[in-house]
Amino acid sequence: MKLYEQTAANLSMLLQKKEVSSVEVVQSFLDRIELVEPYVKSFITHTPAMALDMANAVDNRRVGGEKLHPLAGVPIAVKDNISTQGLRTTCASRVLENYIPPYDATVVETIRRLGMPLLGKTNMDEFAMGSSTENSAFYPTRNPWDLERVPGGSSGGSAVAVSTGMAPLALGSDTGGSIRQPASLCGLTGLRPTYGRVSRYGLIAFASSLDQIGPLSLTAQDSAMLMNVISGYDSLDSTSLSEAVHDYTVHPEEDVKKLRVGVIKQNVSESFDPQITAAVMKSVALLKDNGADVDDVSLPLTDYGLGAYYLIAPSEASSNLGRYDGVRYGYNSGGDNIEAMFSATRGRGFGPEVKRRIMIGTYALSAGYYDAYYLQAMKVRTLIRRDYETAFKRFDILVGATTPTPAFKIGEKTEDPLQMYLSDICNITDALAGVPSLSVPCGISSDGLPLGMQLAAPPFREGLLLKVAGFLEQNRDYLPLRPRVKLPEGGEV
Amino acid sequence: MAIDFGKEVDYVAQLARLTLDQEEKKRMAGQLSDILDTARRIQELDTTAVEPTAHVINLPAVLREDVTRPSLSLNRVLQNAPRRQKDFFRVPRIANKIPEQAED
Repeated sequence: MKLYEQTAANLSMLLQKKEVSSVEVVQSFLDRIELVEPYVKSFITHTPAMALDMANAVDNRRVGGEKLHPLAGVPIAVKDNISTQGLRTTCASRVLENYIPPYDATVVETIRRLGMPLLGKTNMDEFAMGSSTENSAFYPTRNPWDLERVPGGSSGGSAVAVSTGMAPLALGSDTGGSIRQPASLCGLTGLRPTYGRVSRYGLIAFASSLDQIGPLSLTAQDSAMLMNVISGYDSLDSTSLSEAVHDYTVHPEEDVKKLRVGVIKQNVSESFDPQITAAVMKSVALLKDNGADVDDVSLPLTDYGLGAYYLIAPSEASSNLGRYDGVRYGYNSGGDNIEAMFSATRGRGFGPEVKRRIMIGTYALSAGYYDAYYLQAMKVRTLIRRDYETAFKRFDILVGATTPTPAFKIGEKTEDPLQMYLSDICNITDALAGVPSLSVPCGISSDGLPLGMQLAAPPFREGLLLKVAGFLEQNRDYLPLRPRVKLPEGGEV
Repeated sequence: MAIDFGKEVDYVAQLARLTLDQEEKKRMAGQLSDILDTARRIQELDTTAVEPTAHVINLPAVLREDVTRPSLSLNRVLQNAPRRQKDFFRVPRIANKIPEQAED
């Protein structure tokens, strides 16, 4: 049995039965990383010694008869915009290339406390701005299903680490699709929780009214296990919510009888790759055959979501990224004039996409344009929320494609930012409305690329999303869930 | 009608404290015009009497008891400072000359 091929749930079971040690589990993933990582580049920082130390400590406690959490000893990879005390956290930016956080993010404090060994910090688009992980200041991450293609983004490194068996679980962040889109392009389950469900404390801010941390995993059950430990109120995040946390555990006997499913017309559009629409409709038919009530629904404001998002998110970003001025942390350009130092630090430190977003945001917030751009975008956000509220009176979940196309080629969209933005077209409105949204694999294209289906539910119903994803998983008729990585020099791993 | 962002680039970059070279400015002007042309389609929507959503959660201001709690040590706070002098962040001189005090 190859431990690195196991789901987190299986590893948890094997560890609890003492059939394997955490050191054996971690070593299996470290060996896999050594083999696969050079071809895909999904990590920015590797932490093998730290992972083995944690595994060893957990094993000793278990041998000593201590009752441990089911996830104790199960390793994890963490996106590099989530603060880890004493461990470099870069946001894939030159600006934070040598930044060592003085504190842990709340989610990191949780995984350390439970005894989950950290395998490393994963690659991403700089400051989570992007849809392909090509905006990393260090190197792009490659899609293991086809090394010439992007893994999606911005949580591309987290997605690829799980997809290739370099980690059984990963944490990502989703501002306008950054968990769901890479999950879709890499054949994984990825969940954006309800805004406020998971503490953002220690998540380096991009757009504060939209950012959420969430899981990426091979199965719905694995995401559920991680959600069970990262959800809940945190006094250090004043936007975290105190609603009771449900047990998200997915049961194999889940059914979908009487589930009211709305198929969002705009997200099974004729302009999308027909293979995606066909795969989504096949999953919808499966739900219907098993007793779900299915109907079409139009969310007419979807067409305006992109515009609202690309004003709101950059506006918040332009404010949040004001802190990178070379004084308290990060890159400093030098110079003996403070204004010139600020501008040169930022001009040399940030990459092109971050600069674009800062410019859009600064413009949208500037005198004379605020009402027409930022204020209007916030009003449109209200209309979008109403669209969802109306739709959720009729439906329990809303479904459609996660992405308009399967993974695109590296370099294909880098010269045309607007085309890149359009790859998140299905993901943005859920984020603006603040509702939970999940991507689940729903097929493989004729080119052998994964296709994803997106499910959204009313606030705090992520348990329902995981349950339906689990049902679809149990009943899917295609394999494989994991790619064989075809190496450029021939052979596969 | 396309927006001509060319004229705005210098001004906005100045507001954002962002040094851009000539090549970047040229590219930025074209790309931002395209993006803003798409974004401003939202202006077609009638939003009379619609309240803006700044935040999806209608939380009241969150307050806590005014009690002292342990915080990070000075060394931890300053550990990432690009330039440090004793317990301070060091920056270039901000004021070159102390302006004379106004009479009134």
